[in-house]
This record gives sequence, structure tokens and C-alpha cells, in this order.
Amino acid sequence: MSQYRVLPGPEHFLPPAAASMGIRLPNPGEAHINGVITSEEKAYEEAAKQFLMAKVPTLFPGPLVLWAWNEKAAKKATAIRHLYDTLKECVQPGQKPMLIPMPDYRPKYPKINPEVEINPNHPNLTIWHNKIDCCMFIGVHCHQANLSLKIIRGGTSCYTIAMCAQAGHEDAMLSFRDASVEKIMTLAEWVRKLKGTVQPRLTSAKSGASN
Amino acid sequence: MADIHSVIGTKNKKGQTYTDTWKLMNEAPRTPSFYTGSEVIKEAVRRASCDVMIAYPITPQSEAAALIGELFAEGYIGDYFRGESEFAVMSQCAGAAFGGARVFTTTAGPGTMRAMENFPMWSGARLPIQMIVTCRGINSPLSIQPDTLEIAYLLNTGMLVWHAETAQDFFDWILKGYMVSEEPDVHLPLALCCDGFFVTHTKDVVNLTPADMCLPPYDPYRSPVPCMDMECPPVRMMRDPFVMKSNYISYATHASWQQEVWAAVERSRKHSIKWLNGLIDVENADAEIMLLASGTAVSQSREAIRLLEDEGVRCGLVKVKTLRPWPEEEIREATKNAKHIFVPEFNVTGWLAKELKATIPNHERVHAGPRVAGGMTMPPEIIVNEIKTTLGLKKSFVMAGRGS
Repeated sequence: MSQYRVLPGPEHFLPPAAASMGIRLPNPGEAHINGVITSEEKAYEEAAKQFLMAKVPTLFPGPLVLWAWNEKAAKKATAIRHLYDTLKECVQPGQKPMLIPMPDYRPKYPKINPEVEINPNHPNLTIWHNKIDCCMFIGVHCHQANLSLKIIRGGTSCYTIAMCAQAGHEDAMLSFRDASVEKIMTLAEWVRKLKGTVQPRLTSAKSGASN
Repeated sequence: MADIHSVIGTKNKKGQTYTDTWKLMNEAPRTPSFYTGSEVIKEAVRRASCDVMIAYPITPQSEAAALIGELFAEGYIGDYFRGESEFAVMSQCAGAAFGGARVFTTTAGPGTMRAMENFPMWSGARLPIQMIVTCRGINSPLSIQPDTLEIAYLLNTGMLVWHAETAQDFFDWILKGYMVSEEPDVHLPLALCCDGFFVTHTKDVVNLTPADMCLPPYDPYRSPVPCMDMECPPVRMMRDPFVMKSNYISYATHASWQQEVWAAVERSRKHSIKWLNGLIDVENADAEIMLLASGTAVSQSREAIRLLEDEGVRCGLVKVKTLRPWPEEEIREATKNAKHIFVPEFNVTGWLAKELKATIPNHERVHAGPRVAGGMTMPPEIIVNEIKTTLGLKKSFVMAGRGS
């Protein structure tokens, strides 16, 4: 097994792709935490803890769940809204859950508005601006998610979670695979279950690389 | 999201039954058939549920390309046409794959080189195109004979690169190749190479799956990137590349994108292991003398091992099936007992020996040869002689004269 661990950054000027460091994706029914394969159950618990510890826990929904391109997408969007509402209910004073969409992948020049959306090619800007210290990607095409997750790992200390509809993401600190409405709802249940049992952090994300 | 499994058991317009690929490859009855390698390519494509095949003639792949044209006439392929050149063919393959088609093409030698710019583009765009490379000489003076030098150029394109030894490998790997390259976590093009003529123009007994069973169709909605959209990366990247924006994050984005392609090559390992039953095959793993080869050099090595055994010299063999992903750990394990590792190759530069030397500890154990090039055959006797000469063993025979 690889000794490399996928941890919050800022890791490096150009961090390596975790897959190139020997990190392997989970098989169906599994997840990974910091690159170590684990059970989904353990991952739900850890993800819920990370959300409840964060000063600014944030959901980043992508085009696959923002646009009602099929029935499943619409149902997932509803579940994500439920997860966000649950987070808002379960955090303590001083914590600020956010829901920031990634509606498309077009590079936005000369600058993006991090109040409104996350730009996958400049994800660190949105994270720095909002002091996000824990985020979850969901409904983002895999290739684009990997790109953004790596830039975040390179330039911020944000804890990243990926709820992937396909095989998962090595470059997130925690990744589920085969995401479904049920899995999103289960994560919401875990957040509710752990409400009040987790102490929030006092500081938020540190920035690393400059733009 | 579309579910490809929903079509399993149903029939296509040619009456073929869409079959679970694992069952097709491992459980379906096989019929021994006496075919040339080119005919085997045709028979594999017949079963591959390909949407588009694009062709351009260059020896030794022309025959396979023409035979696939017959498949089009018979209605097994959605579309088939001849491009203006190899560069055009590979660009057109990209267009078809961007549109969500399962794409197949064939190439060889200078044609592969002419099209080279497209291959990193395919990888960067995550297009799971399958390209058969029937290797031949690429350099002047002109040669149409087998020579694996072109593989060296493909190794750094970000494509998956497999090297088939026999027509049987070819038949199985064409079908299995789509299963690996179309996995969402991989989704990369595959260069499936063989040594031209030795495989393409030689008849061999190949066990074929039933012609009325075929692969499930490609599901473009499992792609990790959006289907063709001129406003979204990766297409947008080509139209409005990051390099045009001179700031750190633009460069970081481009660098991360490149890393992601190679991460996808790494992710193909577990799928390749599953479908190919390992990235390498090993014989006599405990032998102190090992041969490591890919392509038809494996067959020649097997014969050399038999000749050496007759003389009481024990020798092992590592058959390298996938060059990308490179089976680093497997090769380290397979060669850990070897004191001498010989690498016979059909090219002048010895790219396989270089890869091996960069992989294993104590690489002075690697003897980079014997090598032939330009289409020369490699009689097993020269492998035997190379081993004996290097180890100071007495030669028991003299090579026959091979002058013209």
C-alpha cells in the first residue's frame, strides 16, 4: 500500500496527482479517507464530522445536479438541498454553511465572482474569498472535479469531500463512489446524528499559493 | 443516466445479442478458426459494436482497414470512410468520439508519426478511441517491414499502450480494450500494437467468440468529461487555451490537467489486471536468467528458452502485455531472483530495455539485446547466442548464413 496520504494542503507548488502516488480508488461498497480504503459507513461518519467541525462547510453542486437533464438529476438536487438544510440546522453559532453552485465549466476571465459561484479552474479563489475550510463536490464531471480538487489541495488548507456518481476521486481527502439520492440522504442523517457531539474549529482555511 | 446493462440480452439490427462482456470473453463458446491477423481484427470489430471506423491506407494495416469496410457494407458498423491522410483520420476520430461514438481506427509506421499531434489531444480530451498500430519501420530508408520503433513515440502521449504477441491476443484485447478504456475513471484512448506482418499477415488458429454475440454499446454518459460542447473544457481548452492567460493559476490548471491524464493511466491498472489476467505473464519465475519481452519477441523468446532447456540451461520469461500502464511493481517482483535479464527487441533503440532499467534495482543485470530492426526476423538462435556469449557459455551451433 502507498505511504502517501491525501491531506489538506497547501501541499506543494504543483502537488502530484494522488493516483500517481499509488492512491487507488475504492471498489463498489467502499470509500476512501485520506487515500486509505475504508467502509462507506466510516466515511459517512467522518464526512459528517468534518462538516460539523468546519467553520464554513460548503456544498459545491455541479452541472450534473444543477440542470434537470434527467429525472435522477432532479431528485439528487432535491437531496442536496436537504443536506444543506440539515447542515444549517445542525451547526453551532459562528459556523456558516454555504451552497455555492458550479453551473458550468467555462473559464471566466478576467475574474470570477466568488460570491456567486465556484469556477473549476480557479476553485481556490472561491475558497479563499469565503474562508471555506470543508467542501463537498457533487455532480461535477469527474475529470473537472479532479482538476479542481488538486488545485484546492495545492493552494488551500480546505478539507475536500467528493460524492462521485462514478468511481470516486483520489484527490479528495474523502471520497464516496456511486453516489445516489440514498447516499446523500444517509450523509444528511449522519450529520443530524452527530449534531452537538463535534466541536467546531476556531479557525478557517489558510491560503497558500497566490494567484 | 443511461444504463448500458439494460440492453444486455437484446438484439442489434444485425441480430447480434448484446452480451455481458465478462461472459462473452470468459464463458461463451469459442470456435477455432484459421485466420490472418488482419482477418482477426475484422472479426473482433464485428463483435465490438463500433459506431465509426475511419481508414487511410498504409501497409501493413491497409488490409485490416479494407476488411472493416466490408463490415460496414454488411451493416455491422454505423459509419465508415477514408480520411484524407492519417492526420485527418485521427482528427476525424476525435470528432466522432467527442460526439459520443465508439470509434475504431488502424494505422502503421509513418502514418502513426504523421498523426502524432492528435494522440496527446485524444488523451487530454479523454476520448476512448481504439487505434490498432500494426508496427512497421518509420525511418528512411523506407521500410514496410515490422519494426517496433513507433511504440517508443506513443509511450509518452498519455494513451494506454498494449503490445499483443499473437492474433489471439489481438482478438481478445480489441474487445477487452474497450472495456478498460471506456471505464469512467480511465476514459483514455488505447493504442493496441502488434508487430506488422508477423501478426497481421500470418495465418494462425484463433479461438473466436460466436459472431452473433457482441459487446454492449458505448455509453457516452459515463464519460468523465461533458459530451461535445464548444464552450466547455476540454474543447474550450483547445479553442481558448490556458497558456494564453499568463498567470500562475492558468499554468497550474494546465499542469493539473496533464497530471490528470496520467492519473487516468494509473487508474487503468486495476481494470487491465482484471481483463488481461495481469499486466505481465511469467514463466520460470525463479530462474537466474530471465528474458523480458513484448510483442512477437515473446514468441521468439519462448523458442529460445526451449532450445536452452535442451542444453540444460534454465531460463525464465516475462511477457509484458501493457506498456502503459507500465507494470513496474510486477516486473520488480518477477525479476527479483534474476542475475541476468535479456531484452530482445525488434527496434534499434531498445526502448523496452530502457524502461526496464529505469524500473528495477541493480539494473546492470539488464542486457539490452539482442536487437534487430528494419523488418529483420529474430531467429531464436540469436537470443540463445546472446545469452551464451554474455554468460561465457560454450556455443553449441553456428548460425546459418543469411546473406542474399
